[in-house]
Order: sequence, then C-alpha cells, then structure tokens
Amino acid sequence: MIDVNRQGEVWVFAEQHNGKLEDTPLELMSKARRLADTLGVKLAAVLLGSDIKDLTIKLIQFGADKVYVVKHPLLQSYQTNSYAKVMLDLIHKHKPQIVLYGATVTGRDLAPRIASAAKAGLTADCTDLQIGDHKTAKDKKLHKNLLFQIRPAFGGNIIATIINLDRWPQMATVREGVMPMPEPDVTRQGEIVTENITITPEDLPLEILAEHKRPKKVDLKAARIIVAGGAGVGSRENFKLIWDLANCLGAAPAASRAAVDLGFIDRDHQVGQTGTTVRPSLYIAVGISGAIQHQAGMSQSQKIVAINNDPNAPIFQVAHYKIIGDLNGIVPKMIKTIKEKSIKEEMAINPVEALRLSNEVKV
Amino acid sequence: MGYNCVVLVKQVPDTKRISGKVMNDDGTVNRSALPAIFNPEDLNAIETALQIKDKFTGRLVVISMGPPSAAAILRESLFRGADETILISDPGCAASDTLATSYILSCAVKKLDYDIVLCGRQAIDGDTAQVGPQLAEKLGITQISYVEELTELVGRTITVRRNIGNGWQQVKASLPVLLTVTSDANEPRVAAAKKMMKYKNALTPIEAEQKIKSENPQANSSEVKKLVERKCGELKEKGLLIKHWNLNDISADMTWCGQSGSPTKVHRIQSVVLAAKQSKEIQPTDEGIADMIHELIEDKTIA
Ligand SMILES: Cc1cc2nc3c(=O)[nH]c(=O)nc-3n(C[C@H](O)[C@H](O)[C@H](O)COP(=O)(O)OP(=O)(O)OC[C@H]3O[C@@H](n4cnc5c(N)ncnc54)[C@H](O)[C@@H]3O)c2cc1C
Ligand SMILES: Cc1cc2nc3c(=O)[nH]c(=O)nc-3n(C[C@H](O)[C@H](O)[C@H](O)COP(=O)(O)OP(=O)(O)OC[C@H]3O[C@@H](n4cnc5c(N)ncnc54)[C@H](O)[C@@H]3O)c2cc1C
Repeated sequence: MIDVNRQGEVWVFAEQHNGKLEDTPLELMSKARRLADTLGVKLAAVLLGSDIKDLTIKLIQFGADKVYVVKHPLLQSYQTNSYAKVMLDLIHKHKPQIVLYGATVTGRDLAPRIASAAKAGLTADCTDLQIGDHKTAKDKKLHKNLLFQIRPAFGGNIIATIINLDRWPQMATVREGVMPMPEPDVTRQGEIVTENITITPEDLPLEILAEHKRPKKVDLKAARIIVAGGAGVGSRENFKLIWDLANCLGAAPAASRAAVDLGFIDRDHQVGQTGTTVRPSLYIAVGISGAIQHQAGMSQSQKIVAINNDPNAPIFQVAHYKIIGDLNGIVPKMIKTIKEKSIKEEMAINPVEALRLSNEVKV
Repeated sequence: MGYNCVVLVKQVPDTKRISGKVMNDDGTVNRSALPAIFNPEDLNAIETALQIKDKFTGRLVVISMGPPSAAAILRESLFRGADETILISDPGCAASDTLATSYILSCAVKKLDYDIVLCGRQAIDGDTAQVGPQLAEKLGITQISYVEELTELVGRTITVRRNIGNGWQQVKASLPVLLTVTSDANEPRVAAAKKMMKYKNALTPIEAEQKIKSENPQANSSEVKKLVERKCGELKEKGLLIKHWNLNDISADMTWCGQSGSPTKVHRIQSVVLAAKQSKEIQPTDEGIADMIHELIEDKTIA
C-alpha cells in the first residue's frame, strides 16, 4: 500500500503478447490522458516483455508522456508472479496515484494479485472513469480529485461508482471495447525510462506446455455497421437473413447471447456484457428483446434500428427507429430496398453501367 | 495417496431471475427481489474437486463466508460429496470488499491441510473474479485462473488447460496451487439422493440454536445453552455438524476485515434505468422502410 500521493502519475499497464500490443491499453489511453490532464500529472504506460522494441513509440503516439520499459528474457511470456513482481517494484518506487489495466483475462489475472500484495483497492470491469470529489458521511471530510470507478454489477442491473479514499494506488480494470480507440499522433514525443529489475526462474512457477490462439472470426469493434440477430430469428437456417442484410450493407453480423446459445452463430459474434461491447454508426437489432446485458454492449451505438413483433420489447427504449412487426417480412424488404438504392446511386455515377444493372433487375 | 482439496463457495442473489426492482428507493439492496442460490461456477469448482477425490481419494472441505443463511449452500455441498463444511460468519465480515474477503478466507484456509484450493472463476453478483487470485497471493501459492480442463494430476504436479480469452493455454505447476474454475470445466453432478436424505438434517450451531429455541419456547438462556451443546455434540457424532468459525476462531486481525480492511468504498449506486431515446416508429411497409433507408443514407449513416 502507498499513501495518497497527489503528484503521482496515471499509469496504464501496456499488455502485450509476442510483441503485439492488445487493443485495450490503447483504448484506455484517451480516457487516461483526460484523467492525467484533469489532475495535472503525467500519463505513463508500463511495458513489460522481451521483444518489445517498437511498442514504446506506439504508446507515445497514442497519448503516453512516458513509457517505463522493463525488458527481460524471462518476461517473454506472461506469468502472474513475474509480472506482478515487476509491477509491484515499480509501484513502490514511483508511487503512481492511478493504475489501470484492461479487463482481459491477463488483466483480471494480474491486477488482483498486485492489489493483494500492495494491500490496495481494485475495482473490476469498469465501463467509465472520472475524477470527482467525495465527502465521507461520518466526519464530513472532503476528499478531492478521487478516481470515480464506474462499473455495472449484479448482472448489469445496477451501476456502482467505487472510490478508494486513502489506500492507494487507485486501481481498476477496464472492460474491453467500452472506450473508443484514439487516433495516433505521429508527431508526439515522449520519454522512455528503462528500468532494471531482477527476475529469476523462481518467479516463473508455471511451465507453459502449449498455447493455441484462435484467430477472431469477426472484428465487431471495428465494424461501422452491425446487424445483430436474436432468438427471435428462430433457427440457424433463418439466420441467413441476418447474413444477407449484413452483406448488402457491408456490415458485420452479430448476435445476442440467446442466439449464440441456440447455435445460430459462433460466440465471437456475441454482443453484450459477456460478449463484445460495440459502438458502431448503425446497429440493427433483429428479433432481440433488449435485455440489460445485451444493451450494455450496444446502447452507445450512434443509430439504433430495432425490429421486433412485441411492441413492449425493451430494445425499443434505446432504438432511434422502431419497426414493430415480423422480421421475416421486414428484413427481406430492407434487403430489397437497399439493393435498389445502391443501384440508383451507381446510376448517378455511371449512367451506362447503371442502366445495364437496372435492366437486369427489371428482367 | 490422495489430495486434500479446499473449495471456497459463495451464496449469491440469482441475478438471472431478478423479479422487480433490485434497489429499494432508499438505496439499499432489495433482497426479496433476489432469490439466493449457489454461485454457479463454484459448483464447477466442487465438481473438479470431487473428480480428484473420486480418482485419487482425499478430503474435500468446503468453506463459505456469509450470513448464517449461507449454510444452505454448505448443505448442498454435503449432498454432492463434501467431507466437511465450514461457515465463516461474523458481524466483522460485513462490508468486506474483495481484499478483505480474501484476507478472511486466507485465515481460514491456513488452518487446514491442503494440496489444491479451488474457487469459482467469478461470483455473479460482485462479478469481479478477484477473490481467487487475491487468496492465492495471501496464501503465497501459485494461481491458475480461468481453468477449463484438469488435464493431469501426477504426484505433486498438476496440468490444466486455461482459457486465455482468444484461445487456450496448457500449463503445468507444482502443488500446492489455487485454481479458479470456469463453467466450461465440467457438468456439475446433481445431489445424490442418499446423501440428501442424510445431510438434509445437517445444521450449523446457529441453526441448531434457532431450532432449540423454537422447540422449547419456555426454556431460559442457560437451559437453551445446554440443549444446544448437547444437540451440537449429537450432530458432530453423526457427521451432521456444519462448523461455524468466527473471526476470532481463525485468528483474523480485525483491521484487515470488513469496513476497515476494505480500501474500496461505494460512492454511489444507481439502478439501471434504460434510457428512452427520441425514437421514430417506422411502418413495416415498403414505403416506411424505404423512407427510413433513405434517411440513413441522407445523414451518411449508410455509405
Ligand atoms: C450475467 C449475464 C450476462 C449476460 N450477457 C449477455 C450478453 O453479453 N449478451 C446478450 O445478448 N445477452 C446476455 N445475457 C442474456 C440476456 O439476459 C438475454 O437472455 C438475451 O440477451 C436474450 O436474447 P434475445 O433477445 O435474442 O432473446 P429473447 O429475449 O428470447 O428475445 C427474442 C425476441 O425476438 C422477438 N421475436 C420473436 N419472433 C419474432 C419475429 N418473427 N419477428 C420479430 N421479432 C420476433 C421477441 O418478441 C423477443 O423480443 C446475459 C445474462 C446474464 C444473466
Ligand atoms: C455492486 C457491487 C460492486 C462491487 N465491486 C467491487 C469491486 O469492484 N472491487 C472490490 O474489491 N469489491 C467489490 N465488491 C465487493 C465484493 O462483491 C465482495 O467483496 C465479495 O465478497 C467478493 O467479491 P465477488 O462477489 O466479486 O467474488 P469473485 O471474486 O467474483 O468470486 C470468485 C470466487 O471466489 C470465491 N468467493 C468469493 N466470495 C466468497 C465468499 N464470501 N465465501 C467463499 N468464497 C468466496 C468463490 O469461489 C467465487 O467463485 C462489490 C460489491 C457489490 C455489491
């Protein structure tokens, strides 16, 4: 545990595997940047590993003022004990006021081990972070500029704002995908601080026998348009409607958990609290009731279209366009309209080609 | 040779079957809207321990920290094959965050002889998945989180497959270890009818006292005390006593328990109110849909 240190920096644990940074620390940068600016302190990324040369520049371009680098052959693969040891050494040495981790499997394995050894607080799976003041009820003492760690709990039914008054650093894991990835600024300059920390084979109690990475079949986070189907679609065969609508919009197909559990589509496509959090320009929800846990992953979309035959479906509460009716009639109508529109658009560009296309349609 | 397993289990509100409002208007949790259940992934942890016991023999002790009513999940653990169950219940446990919870649990586990400690990956109410790794740190042992398969146990080495989010990893470690177990690890067995018949009468000393009091409304406190002692003696003899430990029994330092042991504090809690957006109803007709698509193209939502 370290004491309250108002000059302390804001840190982001720069999770990387095999020399490649995860998305989450980069997503975290824009929020962490704002926190550091509000507090008037530096934002530092903490980078551990063995083959990590090119990553420091990237972290600076994404917003870090400083990168602490710990390079060691024994840090090649992530292990709880070795990584926790390095982080603890650095925390005790530099006394940051805030330390943030992505709520990835690695972040959720590492951060609690560190928090326990540092006897510091840790808030899990935050969806937002802010700086604010808190007055303790008992002694009416005002604690200024604390980290508000905002997270859903009780299966998403409540939102709790958690603080850490005095046993610092203030630490939190942050859910993947909830913060937009900042644009890198290639002109940004920063400081690189190399740290030497002794690591011995005793710090590596695990023997990693095999590892299998499943390439992600879809990148929902990067999609500009998402078409998501739910249990209401009815069957895996009928899910073709979702694929077709997605195809003609150049969109990514997605699903509710119920649709995934029913085997309509692979789990990589799940949106929501236990799936991916997305914020596309357009989200089309087809036959999805809109449970809290689903909304947790999509309510930040810029435009939401909902299609459901139940006028009271909760999804309509977050929809900009609500279409009450049978998806089996509505989706084919949408596909038809979109195809026609895109043909008309091409007509404006290339009349000869478009004429041929529209003739084909008429035939 | 066998393995001694200790499994940590939590009683949780059933967040899937929430009826009515989660929070009361005064900001407290509305318990009546939340039926209490066995934390689902803790059943997977128990199943993993039972499979170890079935194959290699050994003792299985199940511990829960919670209010007296958490005895219900310890009885369920007995139905499934636990050899011993312990309830940690003390007013000093109240308001513990994960750091204080893991400290209290570590004090209890240190009293026992163990080779493998098992937790569920995550509890469905707090949803933090922090207690397992923090408990491992406090015990000073190796942790392996997100275990989705126990591959091999030979002598003092264990091999498991763990989920790493976008794939899996197979790792080997020396005992003692702490595992956090996911729902993919196994299919928890149902309670055995014979064990249920036997252990449905298992009680904690607190429950024994409540029972004695309701059966002997006239008895004064010293008589009640005597009757409770006798009852607990009988229960113990038959293997039906669920142990009750308070913070004193596990030599816990109060400064690291409950409110004072918890660095995280709640600043505020809000029920999720789904925000109603400015919305437009579209008729499910050709014209309605065409108008909507046109609007989305106009405002450049659709390229
Ligand atoms: C801890 C926890 C985590 C969870 N995480 C997630 C998560 O990450 N993502 C997620 O999605 N869910 C999650 N869930 C599950 C969630 O609570 C819901 O069960 C799930 O989202 C429901 O999916 P659905 O809307 O497809 O199915 P349903 O709720 O069954 O809804 C189907 C809808 O289709 C409509 N419909 C049926 N037929 C038609 C038709 N012909 N035309 C038009 N509409 C029709 C119905 O009116 C209904 O509204 C989680 C739950 C818990 C407890
Ligand atoms: C709305 C809300 C938000 C919260 N947020 C945080 C937070 O961000 N940070 C924080 O430190 N605390 C938080 N807490 C407090 C936390 O829920 C409690 O400390 C709780 O005792 C343990 O955390 P968990 O439910 O997340 O368990 P997890 O860490 O998810 O549980 C993992 C496993 O640990 C074991 N385990 C957990 N609790 C017990 C127990 N009582 N007895 C036996 N075994 C157990 C089980 O095997 C379980 O499967 C929050 C509580 C609430 C109500």
